[in-house]
Amino acid sequence: MLEGLHGPAARMAMRMLVRMAHIWGARELLDISQAHIDSTIYIGEATLEYAERLAQLGARVRVPTTLNVSGVDEHHWQEWATPAGWAHNAARQMAAYQGMGCQPTWTCAPYQVAPRPRLGEQIAWGESSAIVFANSVLGARTERYPDLLDICCAITGRAPAAGLHLEHRRAGQILLVLQDIPASLQQSDSFYPVLGFILGRLALDRIPVLDGFSIKPGEDQLKALGAAAASSGGVALYHIVGTTPEAPDRQAAFQGNLPQKIYPVTLEDLRQSWRALNAADGEDLDLVVLGSPHFSLAEFQRLAPLLHGKQRHPSTRFLVTSSRAVVHLAEKAGLLEDLRSFGGQITVDTCILAAPMLPPEIRRLMTNSGKFAYYSPGLLGTQVVYGSLEECVLSAQAGRVARQEAVWQG
Amino acid sequence: MAGIIETPGQQHPWLVIQPVTPAEAEGELLVSQEPLSFWGGYDALTGEIIDRRHPLSGQCALGKVLALPFTRGSSTTTAVLLEAVRRGTAPAALLSTGVDTFFALASLAAEELYGRPIPVFALAPQDFARLESGRRVRLHPQGRLEFL
Repeated sequence: MLEGLHGPAARMAMRMLVRMAHIWGARELLDISQAHIDSTIYIGEATLEYAERLAQLGARVRVPTTLNVSGVDEHHWQEWATPAGWAHNAARQMAAYQGMGCQPTWTCAPYQVAPRPRLGEQIAWGESSAIVFANSVLGARTERYPDLLDICCAITGRAPAAGLHLEHRRAGQILLVLQDIPASLQQSDSFYPVLGFILGRLALDRIPVLDGFSIKPGEDQLKALGAAAASSGGVALYHIVGTTPEAPDRQAAFQGNLPQKIYPVTLEDLRQSWRALNAADGEDLDLVVLGSPHFSLAEFQRLAPLLHGKQRHPSTRFLVTSSRAVVHLAEKAGLLEDLRSFGGQITVDTCILAAPMLPPEIRRLMTNSGKFAYYSPGLLGTQVVYGSLEECVLSAQAGRVARQEAVWQG
Repeated sequence: MAGIIETPGQQHPWLVIQPVTPAEAEGELLVSQEPLSFWGGYDALTGEIIDRRHPLSGQCALGKVLALPFTRGSSTTTAVLLEAVRRGTAPAALLSTGVDTFFALASLAAEELYGRPIPVFALAPQDFARLESGRRVRLHPQGRLEFL
């Protein structure tokens, strides 16, 4: 490929991959079975130029490849404040990647819509929340692929044999132990982004192992935990003893090594983290937003009965971000009627962080997503309130923050 | 080898640094001990640090030698840096403790697309800890950080 026998795009992709492999200290490349491309996110003309350069050079992916969110909801962007020029450029970038033979999934949660990689499978994924899900929950093996490199892996079908691709680099390094956290709290969805925020802060770029659970967290809870930890830290893999596939017990999670450090996690630590996710000095809400990572079918199933027979407050918009495929399934299952009569809206292909879709009058928003809560103040300049799914619905009805879970106030 | 070296006959003290995508650069240091995600953390329009939870929030890194232990969070950090290079709002150079692969990749992509790699170097943690915001430094591609 480096000699150009597979065309100029494969040559450019392989050139970057080989240079990165040297920087990683990898001695060889390995075959991957699939890729997920985060380079779809439109940041400005540079990301568009990069995509179109590869497309003009004739790039084709060599492995099944899913696409992450883009910078625009291709068919509904006019419902929001996305500038037309941005929408046009972001759509051009979408076309460039789709033209390379990638699947137009347009989601940060490809594991909800495409065949999942199996335990031990070598893959190359971008998107921090998807990377941590693939490694931790599925036990597939991917490094933390940055935008611009993920597509090079897809075009060449190869990845550097380094980092989390290698068995011995997947061993836990630090241990977090829950200290007397009530099972009722562990069952609550709002627990996981809060714990994830701590996890990222403590782990930074080390591999954390969590122990001390008295319940087995569900898939959407693990999704939320990883997404928050990959926002506040660089976590690409975590293990939960007794839950995640590479951690049947503590010994296995650490591959026989001792933890470098042990951190107790108390209810008071969790309350502090909860407070850090809340960055607002008022109660009136302009928007309630759910779905980062993209809302799953199971989440739509939980949401529908909460909305039944109710309506949002006229001054508080209510938005769910998800993928085309999941929204299609939710529609078929009759889960969107309550959302519509509530006065809610749906955005697909993108989210409030990846598209400049929010009008300036939206100054304070509430969410159940640790990732939205983490990034909104910096990316959007908004104030943010964090709460459970139930609290988000109650608040959208009231037009102002409504609380239900007394445990966080402590 | 680590630590500040003062060579007789040479004007300035210096540190050994590891070239990652080396090129000569000079500028004022802007240093934090806390990692940063450039997506949601760096405004490619202006070069301002916009992560409101980060100690450097509100500082402008355009043209500075930005020293962060490593990148955290979003894999879009590389795309934001590439856009900053295109717009001329990127830091003059990037320093990290150990090799930061996101910095390296952004530099390679900037070279492929615009012929303008970002100088990227790695430091030993104990040397990184000696860096102070406001000091002027010159970076030499062979792997030397000179305090001016």
